[in-house]
Amino acid sequence: MSDSPLLVDDVSVNFGAITVFEHLSISIATGEFVAVVGPSGCGKTTLLNLLSQFLRPSSGHVRSTGRIRMVYQHDSLFPWQTVRENILLGLRDLPNASEKDRHLADMLELIKLEGFADHYPHQLSGGMRQRVELARALIGNTDILLLDEPFSSLDYLTRIRMRNELARMLIQLPRTVVLVTHDIEEAAQLADRVIVLSERPARVRSEFRVDLERPRELTDPKVVATVHQVLSELGLEHERRESVIA
Amino acid sequence: MSGKPISSKDRILPLVVLLVAVLIWLTVSALRVFPESVFPSPLAVAKGFVEELRAGRLFDDVVASLFRVTTGFALAVFTGVPVGLWLGHHARTRTAFLPLINFFRSLSPLAWIPFAILWFGVGDLPTVFLIFMASFFPLVLATVAAVENIPSVYFRIAHDYSFNTLETLTKVTLPAIAPQVITSLRVTAGLAWLVVVAAEMIAGRAGLGFAIWDARNGLRMDLLVCGMIVIGIIGIVIDRILFQLTKIPSIRWGYER
Repeated sequence: MSDSPLLVDDVSVNFGAITVFEHLSISIATGEFVAVVGPSGCGKTTLLNLLSQFLRPSSGHVRSTGRIRMVYQHDSLFPWQTVRENILLGLRDLPNASEKDRHLADMLELIKLEGFADHYPHQLSGGMRQRVELARALIGNTDILLLDEPFSSLDYLTRIRMRNELARMLIQLPRTVVLVTHDIEEAAQLADRVIVLSERPARVRSEFRVDLERPRELTDPKVVATVHQVLSELGLEHERRESVIA
Repeated sequence: MSGKPISSKDRILPLVVLLVAVLIWLTVSALRVFPESVFPSPLAVAKGFVEELRAGRLFDDVVASLFRVTTGFALAVFTGVPVGLWLGHHARTRTAFLPLINFFRSLSPLAWIPFAILWFGVGDLPTVFLIFMASFFPLVLATVAAVENIPSVYFRIAHDYSFNTLETLTKVTLPAIAPQVITSLRVTAGLAWLVVVAAEMIAGRAGLGFAIWDARNGLRMDLLVCGMIVIGIIGIVIDRILFQLTKIPSIRWGYER
């Protein structure tokens, strides 16, 4: 049981007349990094809301075991709080102040923002803010990290940099991760498994495993091959007859 | 904080403008475009100012007006902001009450003057009432709008990090609306200061508005201008004081995007 901290079993979700999921089943293993891609509006965010227990399914059941943290698409740091205060939200249930300070210092070092504890979010760049969001979600004893297009508002280079940062942070603080994204490259570079959802009502259309140790380079042949496979699956690229990369 | 930084040389520019304005005033009065009795010279106003200060009347009037504005405005803030918070969080109640609140907001508070006198007589009470009527409704509306503008993701975060109701109010809602509410406080305080002068002219027995009316009745245009200058300066000072609130570190974000 502890092997699947996240389990979606035969789940259907309806919003009025709209059916978002019909008999959807997904199982995610401990420590696994799963990326979910699919057409716009197919219910990727709804899936995260199910996993975080924010939303109840219309039928079927969802099981989440462990402490869950979510990182949102839009700026969700409290702008009236400093970097320190924002990150410490993640340690609210820790009573010991000196222990909090120690965790905070470690975390600031990990996200390379040592001198910025007393800065406010509006004084930071987009990439720095996103690192603070990750820090808030990763600090403390959490098990599961749900990421809802966390890097979509960043420019291309910052996005690549943030992916590398995330992969690096996860080496130090391993978590079970579900990443929802539009960015196929991002999915292929970061995830152990890429799940492609179909149009609404969404089902798992196909899955691709990326058998490569993390962190990886964006241009690693296996990453590139996965990008190609996913794009072909979505009908955005033609199937190559004899793949150059095996 | 937008625009280029102001150089120290540029800081004297307002003084230059002020000086030019006084010079024009001086010239017009020296040329006798209007008779001295209806267009007092700067010198006459300065003398009147000294006279008022010596008699202690000016000080008393300032205190009377400030007391009324502070009382009426504070009452409006401590009732209007909570009402705005409540309406901001309850869509149906908001739909029910908003037209009425808009009605009263659009009504000039001065229209209440006859009732204010009939209900509260003459003195502090009717003026405080009028200032309250002038500030309460705009503050409610500004708070409602501010609450509606809070990005829902902040409440989602509050939920994720298990904030209770009180924490959600004090650590999310209030800090999130603070910048907009402070802007509205500045506007409303300016409005309250306008209203106090008008109200005291009719329902007052002291205060700067009454002083102006008294000067007019005594045909002391120099004292009238003296009152006008004091009213203007105090208005600026009130706004500057409230402006300081926007510099609080946990509030500045609202003005720097």
